[in-house]
Amino acid sequence: MRSLPFFPEEATATAREVDAMFGVWLAISLFFTLLIAVLIVVFMVRYRRRRPDDVGTPHEAWWLEVIWSAVPLFIMLGMFAWGARLFFVQHKAPPDAVQYWATGKQWMWKFEHPNGNREINHLHVPTGQTVKLTMTSEDVIHAFGVPAFRLKQDVNPGAYTSVWFRPTRVGTYHLFCDQYCGAEHSRMVGSIVVMTPEDYAAWLAGGPAGGQAPVAVGAQLFQSLACYTCHEMGPGWMARGPSLQGVYGHQVPLEGGGMVLADDAYLRESILLPAAKVVKGWQPIMPTYQGQINEEQLIDLISYLKSLGGAPAMGTGAVNPPGSSSPSSGGPAGSMPSASGPTK
Amino acid sequence: MHSVTGGHARLQHHFDDLDQQREASTFGMWVFLCTEILFFGGLFTAYVIYRQRFHGVFAQASHELNVTLGATNTAVLICSSLTMALSIWAAQIGKRKLTVLFLLITMALGLTFLGIKTVEYSEKGVPFGIDALTHLTKHHLVPGPSFHYPCPPGEPCHPEQAEVFFSLYFCMTGLHALHMVVGVGLLSYLLVPSWRGRFTAEWHNPLECIGLYWHFVDIVWIFLFPLLYLIGAH
Amino acid sequence: MNSTNTPTAPPSGVALDRPSYLHDGYGWKSWLLTKDHKRIAILYLISITAFFALGGIFAMLIRLELLTPEGDLVQAATYNRLFTMHGVIMVFFFLVPSIPATLGNFFVPLMIGAKDLAFPRINLLSWYIYVLGGCFTLWALIHGGVDTGWTFYTPFSTHYSNGYVVSTAIGVFIAGFSSILTGLNFIVTIHRMRAPGMTWFRLPLFIWSHYATSLIMILGTPVIAVTLMMVAVERTLNLGLFDPRLGGDPILFQHLFWFYSHPAVYIMVLPGMGVISELIAAFSRKRVFGYSVVAFSSMGIAVLGFLVWGHHLFLTGESVYAATVFSLLSMLVAVPSAIKVFNWTATLYEGSVSYETPMLYALGFIGLFTIGGLTGVMIATLGIDLHLHDTYFIIAHFHYVMVGGTIMAFMGGLHYWWPKMTGKLYPVFASRLSALLIFVGFNLTFFPQFILGYLGMPRRYWEYPPEFQVWNVLSTAGASVLGVGYVLPLCYFLYSLFYGKQAGANPWGVKGLEWETTSPPPTYNFDYPVVVTEEAYDYAPAARREAHIA
Repeated sequence: MRSLPFFPEEATATAREVDAMFGVWLAISLFFTLLIAVLIVVFMVRYRRRRPDDVGTPHEAWWLEVIWSAVPLFIMLGMFAWGARLFFVQHKAPPDAVQYWATGKQWMWKFEHPNGNREINHLHVPTGQTVKLTMTSEDVIHAFGVPAFRLKQDVNPGAYTSVWFRPTRVGTYHLFCDQYCGAEHSRMVGSIVVMTPEDYAAWLAGGPAGGQAPVAVGAQLFQSLACYTCHEMGPGWMARGPSLQGVYGHQVPLEGGGMVLADDAYLRESILLPAAKVVKGWQPIMPTYQGQINEEQLIDLISYLKSLGGAPAMGTGAVNPPGSSSPSSGGPAGSMPSASGPTK
Repeated sequence: MHSVTGGHARLQHHFDDLDQQREASTFGMWVFLCTEILFFGGLFTAYVIYRQRFHGVFAQASHELNVTLGATNTAVLICSSLTMALSIWAAQIGKRKLTVLFLLITMALGLTFLGIKTVEYSEKGVPFGIDALTHLTKHHLVPGPSFHYPCPPGEPCHPEQAEVFFSLYFCMTGLHALHMVVGVGLLSYLLVPSWRGRFTAEWHNPLECIGLYWHFVDIVWIFLFPLLYLIGAH
Repeated sequence: MNSTNTPTAPPSGVALDRPSYLHDGYGWKSWLLTKDHKRIAILYLISITAFFALGGIFAMLIRLELLTPEGDLVQAATYNRLFTMHGVIMVFFFLVPSIPATLGNFFVPLMIGAKDLAFPRINLLSWYIYVLGGCFTLWALIHGGVDTGWTFYTPFSTHYSNGYVVSTAIGVFIAGFSSILTGLNFIVTIHRMRAPGMTWFRLPLFIWSHYATSLIMILGTPVIAVTLMMVAVERTLNLGLFDPRLGGDPILFQHLFWFYSHPAVYIMVLPGMGVISELIAAFSRKRVFGYSVVAFSSMGIAVLGFLVWGHHLFLTGESVYAATVFSLLSMLVAVPSAIKVFNWTATLYEGSVSYETPMLYALGFIGLFTIGGLTGVMIATLGIDLHLHDTYFIIAHFHYVMVGGTIMAFMGGLHYWWPKMTGKLYPVFASRLSALLIFVGFNLTFFPQFILGYLGMPRRYWEYPPEFQVWNVLSTAGASVLGVGYVLPLCYFLYSLFYGKQAGANPWGVKGLEWETTSPPPTYNFDYPVVVTEEAYDYAPAARREAHIA
């Protein structure tokens, strides 16, 4: 007889810690539930009414109140601290993470590998590689959930959220959309296919036709959308907009005071709503690209901008020109296949 | 909530005495006003968040509103609170005709407020009309399919953000106007008993309770006016 | 058992000249235009039972669909409407009004020695408002229903859903005012209408918990009212308050929604805790251990409950610092609940314990609420919520506290006070059988859902991977048993109205002002001026008692 399933597979190191935390809570809960149950049964039997007129004897014990307030409180504070620590770790991807992209839309997932390979509903990744998956939605709120990784995050329209994971075990694991999103919500499922690095390399080479790496496409967009006419790229440019060299990951001073961190969300907003945050010392003359650029093109442009020199090694994936068979191993920012930007 | 029949028949069966009834009614009205604070509070919260995010555009969009009409309305409401208080005073000193007079003035001021609001929503100077080419409507400032906001050149601005401002403007002032309509209705409910002299020094609790409601609606406007009309004003 | 608190009270069980409230006037108008809080409680009881039945039918259809992994009973679009309407009806039209509007309306004046609530006509108005809100929602249901989930998340609800979002939102909006008026009435009543001698710390714990509940009702409900109003306006006029394409923020909706909807769960459970306090005290014939601590913990839950809404937004991309604060506060709000559980258990120590049906429900509550509450702090733990959010674990958690908690308490309270409300006794064996069926059926339905949730089965799924089937089948089997358990009381309660034995004034032999008057009570509750001279649950030993009655 097939065994009853109780736990999903643990396919990352984080999954193991989540299970450990849950195990501790389970033990604590079992203890207190049994304690209450046993006490109730014992009291019910021992103090059952023997004569119809019997009444109980009231008691007071402040020390008991203190104990059973303090003990649960300390236990919960301890678990809170452990959980918060894990949450902080899960929130920020490690520096060696390789950047992947995901777009959710009713009712499918679109993935993009750093080298440009695109997939629908299934994401192939190698073991041992740290993957950072930045996600957005094209319509309603979805959520990206992989039980085997014990992780999940909402995928919001008009914003970026991200998860990171480092798979440790080969296998195919469920991917679910975890935020109700309409009629086919329960069919917005797929899988994360974890392979050995060798198999992954083979898959990348022989697999579904990859497009160009997002960085490459982004570089082309930077030209075709005429961004270069205001933002630099080479000698002799007319400075109508601030330099984008190394902008990613740094603090940007704003007109009207204040600083903002130039992250994915900032770059996206600056393309769609340029007047929302104007860089100090510049005029708010940038036109909006809302309606002229879709989410995937935004991802490409942002990947390109992130690769512009001076950025911390967040990883843009491809070390080689697009369409090659070498896998990315998450090293420092790769070379620029086209466009005139400086290479790192 | 309160009985307006005459004599000690005003004492309702479940209360021990008139004092208890009066205290319960007044307390009840205060509790209700707390709920109203939370009710408007949701909209104020949305306002605070969006204003902080879009402060430039909010200031610009605020200039589209007619400060003169808004300020006039503020004065009208403050006066109406005064006349409301005076009507309670008149009941306390037993002058029923004065009570009714002040009630009527309060109602008139309330209706004036609503009229000015209609003009604001409509074309300036033209009274409410079915075919009104309306002011805020005329300039396509009512959120919806026909919304169009001309961004001033050279200023950081996005029309969507202005639409959020006007959405909040119409929701908040609309909700407030609805409360004013209810308030005027409640005041009219007091007219007949006041005329019949039911409110005396000993018992005028319904006047007080409705007065409390009226003052509250006034105070909400006193917050709405600067927050909506006076952003970035010099 | 004779217990008096004033020398002028008549001996219990003596028939009085005045008719009971049930016989004080007949005909439609005497009921539909009544000002008597007891009749209004009965009107509410009938309405919420009807809504419970409707919500329960949707639940059965959901569970039937989930018997198989494929979607083969109903279409996906229908399924989405089923779980939405189940949630909307159960939350807004059953759980929120259940105990306060029925048992609260009936017993708050009786327990404090008053003749009625402070505002009887507002009480009646609140019932009509509730019915009106229900009509809007039923109208939407008949025309095809709404498919957004009871949480109405934007931008799906404002710009993508094809269902009757606006009319359902209006229905809930209107029903919210019923809740506000009930809370307002209770607060003023408890402050101003207590009988002489009924000081705050002589109040039964049922009153304390209804007071705390009322605070939440009046402060929280207006926020969801205005939020749903904004959704309706945005959907109708295509505004952009919550739509990112138009400059708005969908997460703002979630903050506003949960600002009410989290305290709402305390609206749902606090009255149940109040009932449990009464039942534990009554059936151990003993004052609840740590009376003042239990009273203050109700207030503490009400206050802290307003500070934890962000734990529903852990995965929305909210700041880690905000998430940390909300997680910490969520742990804190569990402490008063834990205190109550320990206090109730300690009350049994050296009590005089009996096993009547209401006590069975009370004990069931303690066990199931403990499990529900513990799973709550599990998911308040940030690292674990990343896995369990939006899975069946969450569903199991809230059903444990809402059904294993609130509904068990409601059933316990109904069984306890039924003789007082109707003057009839119900068949004992049937009542114990249904208590057992409910307990077993409930656990069989919802415990497998914890396992499903940890396995990763998401919420609101019409189809699911085949490996989840075995737990789903167990859950559906349990739901069938649970359904029978709920139908039985309907039958025997109705039976008791026609064929039940007459109940005396104090069939359980317990303390409390409501037991110092006839069953059922007269319209004005007491036929003598009530003066309170003793503490709550003052079960004096026999010797002391005789000296007292002299």
